[in-house]
Amino acid sequence: MNDKAELSNASASASMKLIPSGDKKWIILGLIIFVGLFTFPIWYNMLKCSAPIQPVVLSAKAKAAGYCVLPKSEMVSAHMQILDEWRDIVVREGERTYTSPSGKIFTMSLSNTCLDCHNNQAEFCDRCHQYASVKTYCMDCHVNPSKSLKENMQ
Amino acid sequence: MKNSRRKFLKIAGATAAGLGLSTTAIKALESTTAEPPRAPDPHAAPAVDTIKMGKPVIDETAPVADVKKNPPPSKAKQWAMVVDTRQFKSSKDLEPVVNACNKIHNIPSLNKKHEIKWIWEEEYKHLFPSLETKFLAEEVKHRPFPALCNHCENPPCVRACPTQATFKRKDGIVLMDFHRCIGCRFCMAACPYGARSFNYVDPRPNIEEFNPQFPTRTKGVVEKCNFCAERLAKGQWPACVEASNGAITFGDLDDPDSDVRKVLKNNFSVRRNVSLGTEPSVYYII
Amino acid sequence: MLETIFKGSKSYWTLVTILAGLIAVGAIFYIKQLQVGLGITGMSRDVSWGFYIAQLTFLVGVAAGGVMLVLPYYLHNYKKFGKITILGEFLAIASIIMCLLFVMVDLGQPARALNLWLHPTLHSVLFWDSLVLFGYLFLNLLVGWTVLDCERNAVPPPKWIKPFIYLSIPFAFGIHTVTAFLYCGLPGRHFWLTAVLAPRFLASAFAAGPAFVIILCLILKKYTKFNAGKDAVQALSRIITYALLANIFLFLCEVFVAMYSQMPSHMVHLQYLFFGLHGHNALVPYMWAAMTMMAVAIFMLLVPSVRKNESYLAIACVLTFVGIWIDKGLGMITGGFVPNPLHQVTEYMPTFPELMISIGIYSIGGLILTFLFKMAVSVREEVSQDL
Repeated sequence: MNDKAELSNASASASMKLIPSGDKKWIILGLIIFVGLFTFPIWYNMLKCSAPIQPVVLSAKAKAAGYCVLPKSEMVSAHMQILDEWRDIVVREGERTYTSPSGKIFTMSLSNTCLDCHNNQAEFCDRCHQYASVKTYCMDCHVNPSKSLKENMQ
Repeated sequence: MKNSRRKFLKIAGATAAGLGLSTTAIKALESTTAEPPRAPDPHAAPAVDTIKMGKPVIDETAPVADVKKNPPPSKAKQWAMVVDTRQFKSSKDLEPVVNACNKIHNIPSLNKKHEIKWIWEEEYKHLFPSLETKFLAEEVKHRPFPALCNHCENPPCVRACPTQATFKRKDGIVLMDFHRCIGCRFCMAACPYGARSFNYVDPRPNIEEFNPQFPTRTKGVVEKCNFCAERLAKGQWPACVEASNGAITFGDLDDPDSDVRKVLKNNFSVRRNVSLGTEPSVYYII
Repeated sequence: MLETIFKGSKSYWTLVTILAGLIAVGAIFYIKQLQVGLGITGMSRDVSWGFYIAQLTFLVGVAAGGVMLVLPYYLHNYKKFGKITILGEFLAIASIIMCLLFVMVDLGQPARALNLWLHPTLHSVLFWDSLVLFGYLFLNLLVGWTVLDCERNAVPPPKWIKPFIYLSIPFAFGIHTVTAFLYCGLPGRHFWLTAVLAPRFLASAFAAGPAFVIILCLILKKYTKFNAGKDAVQALSRIITYALLANIFLFLCEVFVAMYSQMPSHMVHLQYLFFGLHGHNALVPYMWAAMTMMAVAIFMLLVPSVRKNESYLAIACVLTFVGIWIDKGLGMITGGFVPNPLHQVTEYMPTFPELMISIGIYSIGGLILTFLFKMAVSVREEVSQDL
């Protein structure tokens, strides 16, 4: 036991020797750089003049319809989960229709149902996603049917 | 539990209970989801001399559904396809079939190394290397054969896929879930029919005719023929079946009264490389 | 122990700098690959796995080869390997990390890699391969670190580490067996569809791994105070001799089955690799070079007087390592894809960006190996000074 203790002391002092006192300033400098980098997102956002928040616009078609697959509050908070569920149910289980709590029947399709009504992707989806810094890759494959392929690629 | 996840589908059970209901629903929605009008088929005319030359011997007492008039059955245990290759005399006969698929599914045109193919033309010796004969009938030798995913009953690609991105549906269709595919290409090594393609590059800049009703794919995922699962769900025949002028029959292999079973009963057919035990669901009448 | 890697000679830092530079170059090309897609590689619709997966296969072998040092020492109490087992374990760590990186760069959608465990699929061999690879990595990290730390403190390794050491032995066999199962269970790929694929993988691994260890021992002996000892190196060379003979034997078994049965689907891949097919013969010179290297290595290793001369032994080890690298790292994977199941020939050659990314990964492995060996050597030097 004593041997062991001595040995570990020895190795501890050996590692102490690795930091000569002259290196102290380097260590402090390194720490400052580290803390600076680590907190980068915080002060970057504080310094950055963020663009004014632009309101999300409901398309005329959506406004006229007056309803969605779920009440608005639920759509705002849970549309991503709904889309995630829908894609599994449509692709993996082959079930393509959805009956909303109000009894309305919808085809579960991002392009052909959601974007058919919300045909203003830029002012509807993108604006909020931009503000919340959410990067989706839905549109890497799915298309906005109201646009040409070239426009979809932008 | 699977169901706890589905909190947004509270009443979905009702739709799942009767497919009839959902088809009515789809019919109601048809106006919004109807496919874009297609140009009249320029190759429709030669169908007449096809019959003169090839003499398909499909039994008259067992007429096959006219795909132009009747919708396909709403469900099946194992979808299958019978290709009457006698009706494809030259590449010109097969071209509209391939083009219909390419157009509907947003298939890009790429160089040979990176090409995407769902259904494409092959020669007999490549499609049936194990059935090659030394002196093949001249006409068969030059006949264009359509190659596509066999939607095997025992698919090696599904066995190999590490994420279940490719899987077998209850109706027998071997499908790709592009959301889940990690692009490891294990399925491509596993497929003994060369039916799978990988998106080596972004396909979008190379799509010539764009169908806004169907998604494109992104780079880094594998794709293949899906037996037009999206069309079957809408009560439409697969695109190639529709464009084939009756050369391709489609139906339920497990239903003895289905079109495919009727055609198979009356014609000698072969499948690709059956010795591998994959049980392909695409049959070829030679 | 990590602090030892920050103190080194000028040549040590030169090596580290060169490796870091190569990693940076590889990273630039990888960013390009992320942007463009795997289209920047030589892979195609027909040859859908290429250089990356071949390197995975080869490096799994190098990692498994480390067991040829662990097994004699811990199971047969062969004391002379006591000094070098740590090298085998550290080589395994670096190799496995390279394997995992090669899988990552091969993925079309690397951001979704975790789907492998989010949707565990028991019928997929790739799922099991990921488990054994990570398991073997963990075991070697644990064992290597613990044993070296004890050595530094001049205490015997703790008892609890023993079960992990014993477990690492079947894991070593496991990683290469499961990796072989990736290929040999696929219908329609007759080049791989053989029961001796896993044994052959293991045989080549047990030659290539120890051959690399010998090369490393000789380098360490020349440039550091670390000396593996003549007996240990000679014992390793005998292991390589047997393993290389087994590899050649199993390969000839394959050749016999294919060529005597005269079944075209079995013969055609060997014909492509060694003679070319329909005028396509890109791999022919490489395959013959690999076979020649292994044959020359066998003769050198079989003659005791040649084997005992460490300069000749070094040459034999390099020939073994490079020969197996070409065989597994070029021929084994491409050969299975050419011709394709429709009997069409599409040839494959890695492209420049593909090679640069691969060099980047090898440099990451090299850097990890350099750090780990630096640690081992520093500890040895420390201990010998203390005594």
